[in-house]
Amino acid sequence: MTPQESGVDLNRQFATFFMKDLFFGIEVQKVQEVLRAQEMTRVPLAPGVLRGLINLRGQIVAAIDMRERLALPKRTSEQEPMNMIVRAEDGAVSLLVDEIGDVIHVSAASYEPVPETMAGNLKQLVAGVYKLDGRLLLVLDTERTLQLQHAH
Amino acid sequence: MEDNDLTKEFLIESTENLGRLDQEMVQLEQRPKDATLLASIFRIIHTLKGTCGFLGFSTIEGITHHAETILGQVRTGERELTPALVSLVLESVDAVKAELGAIENTQKESGLLYEELVHRLEKAAIISGVEESAVAVHVAPEPEAASEKQPAAKGLDPDATAAKGSSVTDSTIRVDVGLLDKLMNLVGELVLARNQVLQFTSRLEDASLNATSQRLNLITSELQEGVMKTRMQPIGVVWNKLPRVVRDLSSVCGKHINLEMDGAETELDKTIIEAIKDPLTHIVRNACDHGIEGSDARIQAGKTPAGRLALRAFHEGGNVNIEIADDGNGVDTQRVRAKALQLGLIREDQAERMSERELANLVFLPGFSTAKEVTSISGRGVGMDVVKTNIEKIGGTVDLVSRRGAGTTIRIKIPLTLAIIPGLVVSVKQERFVIPQTSLLELVRLEGEESRRQIEWVGEAPLYRRRGNLLPLAFLDRVLQLDDGSGVAPDVLNIVVLQAEDRQFGLVVDRVNDTQEIVVKPLGKQMKGLNCYAGATIMGDGHVALILDVMGVAQRSGVLAEGRGSGRNEDKAATEPLLESRNSMLLFRAGEFDRLAVPLSLVARLEEIPRERLEHAAGRPVVQYRGQLLPLVGLADQLGGCSQQNTELPVQVIVFADGDNRIGMMVDEIVDIVEDDIVIRRASNRSGILGSAVIGNQVTDVLDLQSVIRSADTGWFEKAQDERLLRILVAENSAFTRSLLRSSLEMGGYSVSEARDADEAMAKLAAHRFDLVIAALDLPNEGAAKILDAASRRPELARIPILAMESMQQADSGCGMIPAGFSAALSRFDREGMLRSIEKLAKSIDAEEVSMAAFSRNAQGEPYHSRKEN
Repeated sequence: MTPQESGVDLNRQFATFFMKDLFFGIEVQKVQEVLRAQEMTRVPLAPGVLRGLINLRGQIVAAIDMRERLALPKRTSEQEPMNMIVRAEDGAVSLLVDEIGDVIHVSAASYEPVPETMAGNLKQLVAGVYKLDGRLLLVLDTERTLQLQHAH
Repeated sequence: MEDNDLTKEFLIESTENLGRLDQEMVQLEQRPKDATLLASIFRIIHTLKGTCGFLGFSTIEGITHHAETILGQVRTGERELTPALVSLVLESVDAVKAELGAIENTQKESGLLYEELVHRLEKAAIISGVEESAVAVHVAPEPEAASEKQPAAKGLDPDATAAKGSSVTDSTIRVDVGLLDKLMNLVGELVLARNQVLQFTSRLEDASLNATSQRLNLITSELQEGVMKTRMQPIGVVWNKLPRVVRDLSSVCGKHINLEMDGAETELDKTIIEAIKDPLTHIVRNACDHGIEGSDARIQAGKTPAGRLALRAFHEGGNVNIEIADDGNGVDTQRVRAKALQLGLIREDQAERMSERELANLVFLPGFSTAKEVTSISGRGVGMDVVKTNIEKIGGTVDLVSRRGAGTTIRIKIPLTLAIIPGLVVSVKQERFVIPQTSLLELVRLEGEESRRQIEWVGEAPLYRRRGNLLPLAFLDRVLQLDDGSGVAPDVLNIVVLQAEDRQFGLVVDRVNDTQEIVVKPLGKQMKGLNCYAGATIMGDGHVALILDVMGVAQRSGVLAEGRGSGRNEDKAATEPLLESRNSMLLFRAGEFDRLAVPLSLVARLEEIPRERLEHAAGRPVVQYRGQLLPLVGLADQLGGCSQQNTELPVQVIVFADGDNRIGMMVDEIVDIVEDDIVIRRASNRSGILGSAVIGNQVTDVLDLQSVIRSADTGWFEKAQDERLLRILVAENSAFTRSLLRSSLEMGGYSVSEARDADEAMAKLAAHRFDLVIAALDLPNEGAAKILDAASRRPELARIPILAMESMQQADSGCGMIPAGFSAALSRFDREGMLRSIEKLAKSIDAEEVSMAAFSRNAQGEPYHSRKEN
């Protein structure tokens, strides 16, 4: 399906989430599930983006703090992040996001490539933009998001 | 879909059968009259032919048909089985394997017709006087397709023999490995859930709940064991293909090699079997290609013309041991050495002090190959290092022992399974970590005041004195940067003593919780760069805990010295910490000398003494120390300079001890402890300095402790000398070991003379009187034996006890045998033990005679030892 096709494309469904005032979407097929804040084991020496490990029914899943990943200011201690578990090549990874939104359908006509003016970190991780009523949906490039540089 | 399933089934079965065929063909070559063997081979080929005909794989059918014909002729006794025929059949097997591979990938045959092979098979199937040449000579393929021709084949009834096969198919079923893996995972989960349940029930006092959870506990353990067993495969699965490999190699190299296999039934986890397949094959190829000589060379060397390659596998203490031994030429350590130098893998000075065993183990270094020529079989410079890495990847170890001219033995030690391992749970700063039990040596708990006293700091490096040996320590919180800056020294110090490869170190943790069976789960690729962790697991309370990678932690904390590439001290069997054998040196600063070193083994303690506690007794600085007066020597003064230490700071003192006899040396600053290979490059003529060496990549002056203490005139030696003055001759090749020994012995109050080799030793023995001789067993040119021999023939020398000092290798193996003819055996690095042995012998030497000797010597005024010899 190319975004150029007009009309509502039912296959283009996004699981959405909020980061501060930004509205993101991940293709719904890539999302395994959404969980409340989980107990986490931190991984010493790991880059700050890697918040810790959670036990997802016996599976060990790394949690990536999207605030950190998008270079946004840190969450305050009372803000509990939600886990958006996405499927990656070698198992699931959890993205720690501020708030979970609805699953929405988008029309391909509203697609735009990433605006040139978008800030560095954001631009790298956003694959494209959908113009919705009153707001923009930023499509998260999950593959890039999960590629972490190592300080160690 | 059904067809697909059928093909899959066929592929599985055929691959299995062909594996057996390889092995049986080779066996058949050795026992051509073995009818059962022949029948089994015939049956495999026949089944293959039949199934292929049924599934429409005509190429394989054609090839197997011809092979069957030939085997049929052998079976009915129409012809003899010659090596050429065996080769031909094996070649057919290879062609079939290639086709099976094609079918697996593309669901159909490759389309190759194998005309040339089929042609030769056809020719061979026609029994004639010149059949051998027809088989051996490669005939150019004929233009027309050969598949149509059907040579006359005898109608045989293979089913009759098939029924008699000793097959176990009736009692076994084939299970998909994926399913087994899934089962294993589920059992892993169950183990975790069980741990959780046990933890909860232990808090509740309900009898029936307790009983139930106990039952659950038992059943889970049994289930776990059972499922693990399903994944176990005999190592024979891997070994099966080795006879074929050896046979092919020996015919290519023109050698004769007998392969012996012992313990093929030893079982291993499937994942491990997979992992050792390639390394094992590689080692065997190497042994055939480089290890075992050709028949002529063997006969010349007085060996049997046929080489022997023995594989042995056995269980031992939760590990599987695999030994690959050949009776070939052994590793040419001189060539290894030359090659390693040429490749720049080791330095000249390192090479000089390496034992034969250490040299031999250099072959495991990356990029190493000693084969003079690159052959098609091995010797491309990749290999043994890959073998080592692969084995280490699954938590195993490799060791190579070789005797020149007598053969090489490679020992592989691997864990039984990787999936569920016992682990020790420790915690530090509220975080829990698991340490694999295989690396665990012991736990040490220090409480209160004791904990602070027993940890000694040398610069940044903490050390713990464990049964007289210094154990480097790493604080887990610091290694993992969990240090919250609270900085309060805990009252209790828990040291987990760990083995990282060949070294030991202590890991300081806050708490040692308990041991648990843990299920190892891999970490995602997001954590690939973190080598401190081997994986993660889920604890009884459902939380995730990281499993520490002991080697990674050791490397990160720096308790293992850098530059370990030299391949030294590979022997894990040694129970003694090998730290000392790598010559740990204490580095410090005094006066104008910025970098001084003294062997750590001579150091008793390091102290910081506040200046106000310094006192003077009889004009000398002393300090009250453990209820005694500790005489102090200002090192800067002794070396002819003045101390540059800030007079505000406490005095840094290195304490040397010999029994109750102590002396403290004031230095300006303790710099570091370095483990390095040390060669004194330049002898010094400056008093108090033994010479210069490169330690930790910097030029360092090595302190001549003995002369410093002597010139300080503290009464140390007088005391010792009055009591016992024994003259000892040390015959040892390494200058460093000599000076180390001299220091140790002189500190112990003996007079020491040195000899580099047997000739020098003999000359000194002839010129002076000695009470005792220490001869290194690895003295060049069998020097130790020479000394022994000469001494036994000269009556005036016969009374002198001669002590054998173990060579490097023996020091590793730790055998306490006294070699024939020697009075005692000494371990190279065990100073205490050495002094004890000498003391014991000293007592047996006539005390009167000794004091007489001391008198006469003092009268001469010139001690037997002479200083600058090296």
